[in-house]
Amino acid sequence: MQQIPDVIRQIPLNYYVFFSAALFCIGVTGVLTRRNAIIIFMSVELMLNAVNLLLAAFSSYKADPAGQIFVFFIMAVAAAEVAVGLAIIVMIYRNIQTIDTGILNKLKW
Amino acid sequence: MNSIIALSLFGIANLFLGFLNNRKILMPATLAFILFALGLNLADWNTEVLWFNNMLRTNNLSVNFTTVILVATLLVVAISRGFGDDEEHSHPAEYYAIMLFSVVGAIMMVTFENLLMLFIGLEILSVSMYVLTGSDKRNLRSNEAALKYFLMGAFATGILLFGVALVYGATGSFSIYGIGNFVTENRMGQSEITPMLYVGILLIIIGLLFKVSAAPFHFWTPDVYEGAPTIFTAFMSTVVKTAGFAALYRLLSVSFVGEYGKWVYLLYFLCAATLIIANITAVYQQSFKRMMAFSSISHAGYLLMTVTSNQATTQSSILFYSLAYSIATVTAFAVMILVSENKTSNGKPDESFDAFKGLAKNNPLLAFALAVSMLSLAGIPLTAGFWGKFFIFSDAFKRGLILDLIVAVLMSAVGVYYYFKPIIASYMKEGNIQEITIKPIYKLTLIITTILTILLGLMPDLVKSIF
Repeated sequence: MQQIPDVIRQIPLNYYVFFSAALFCIGVTGVLTRRNAIIIFMSVELMLNAVNLLLAAFSSYKADPAGQIFVFFIMAVAAAEVAVGLAIIVMIYRNIQTIDTGILNKLKW
Repeated sequence: MNSIIALSLFGIANLFLGFLNNRKILMPATLAFILFALGLNLADWNTEVLWFNNMLRTNNLSVNFTTVILVATLLVVAISRGFGDDEEHSHPAEYYAIMLFSVVGAIMMVTFENLLMLFIGLEILSVSMYVLTGSDKRNLRSNEAALKYFLMGAFATGILLFGVALVYGATGSFSIYGIGNFVTENRMGQSEITPMLYVGILLIIIGLLFKVSAAPFHFWTPDVYEGAPTIFTAFMSTVVKTAGFAALYRLLSVSFVGEYGKWVYLLYFLCAATLIIANITAVYQQSFKRMMAFSSISHAGYLLMTVTSNQATTQSSILFYSLAYSIATVTAFAVMILVSENKTSNGKPDESFDAFKGLAKNNPLLAFALAVSMLSLAGIPLTAGFWGKFFIFSDAFKRGLILDLIVAVLMSAVGVYYYFKPIIASYMKEGNIQEITIKPIYKLTLIITTILTILLGLMPDLVKSIF
């Protein structure tokens, strides 16, 4: 049976780097341009997943498990962050019945 | 490192204390917990040990930073006032517990040996702070602050992580000494140079600068500081900042020092930009709380000036400055909480400078504590803040950082202007503030912080020699 790292190594490393960088840039653009809190949040997750992919690829190429362990930690912490973030969004929705960040201008930027 | 374990357990214990009907014991219990953790932390003095499979390292530097963080937490807890113990929606046990948990994250950020621990510590600290910022659930300003802090914090984490991944790809290691060795060998031409490393270093620095709110990544700070409940603003501007700078200093001085010339000019530039933007904007603020937010950005600028240096005195300069800044900031916020709760405008606490008008007449202690803390933040001699600035400036002068130094001196002159606003309001202006009743522990904290600020201003060597 083929090992997973071998499968990952069938694609050149540079492809992973460029793909992750592209995903990351899409995420950054989403955070900076979208106004719906949930979509911004989704873009942040996209950034984190770009990081996960990159770490897994590097880890396979270097035959070093540390990178994949890091991915697990990122996933777990991202889940915790999602819990808190959605709670904040729900709290806001209860108060003003919308999650458009443009409405939130009590404090000037 | 026992303080991390102890604080985690104490946080859980605190949650269970919340089941008791008597909410009055929560604050003394939390104070006792922090004092105990402080004792455990000091027991690590003069030992150099790696913990948890080389994940954390305790040495004198980390013990010092932990002490500063725990002292700041102690002061903040001492001035917390049960979070409005009569309100039905307040959960003091949970708030104290989350504060203890976030201190665990802060300690991990100052002791990390592995980038994994930096990430975990940063996230423990940040996620706790998101919750605390939004803890005033019915207040729209608090909600908005929490959302902004959360979105910006998560964004910054993403940037930091991408940097970590790229550095890992370039060096093959998460250990800060492993990265440091690779970068140094890289410099000697023993291993291949990849542009990935530079991008990674840049992104990690940007991610951390977001957290310590240096310009141009500071735009979330005033909103978050203004919207958060004041007690947590005090916590945020002391603990988070100290931990962030400790992490930045460790990374720069251990991991990236081999490529010094590549990133140091960026930080020189950002330091000057932070100082100018923060101080000039602070002049135009009407709200005391917002002014304190810009003041915290400007202090990030001063610290940025010294965090890049690698001299024998650098560590003690950063530590002394953090301590002086933390004590003064907590005092200022403590006075502000009392004054603003006393006066309301438009149904919310009055946080403008006008709220301090005539404070000295009936509340001499509060006015004096406020004056001393403001003088310390402005860096007037005979206060701790003066020596903090003095050490940083002399450090910069030794390194020949003339341009940054000129900007810093000019900007601290600008700082004097806005730090004097509340002093003038409380001593010179007419107002009708009645005598404010202060709880004994609150009074004691104010007296201790004021005495400490003056004492450190008269005898800086008292602490400086330890650091």
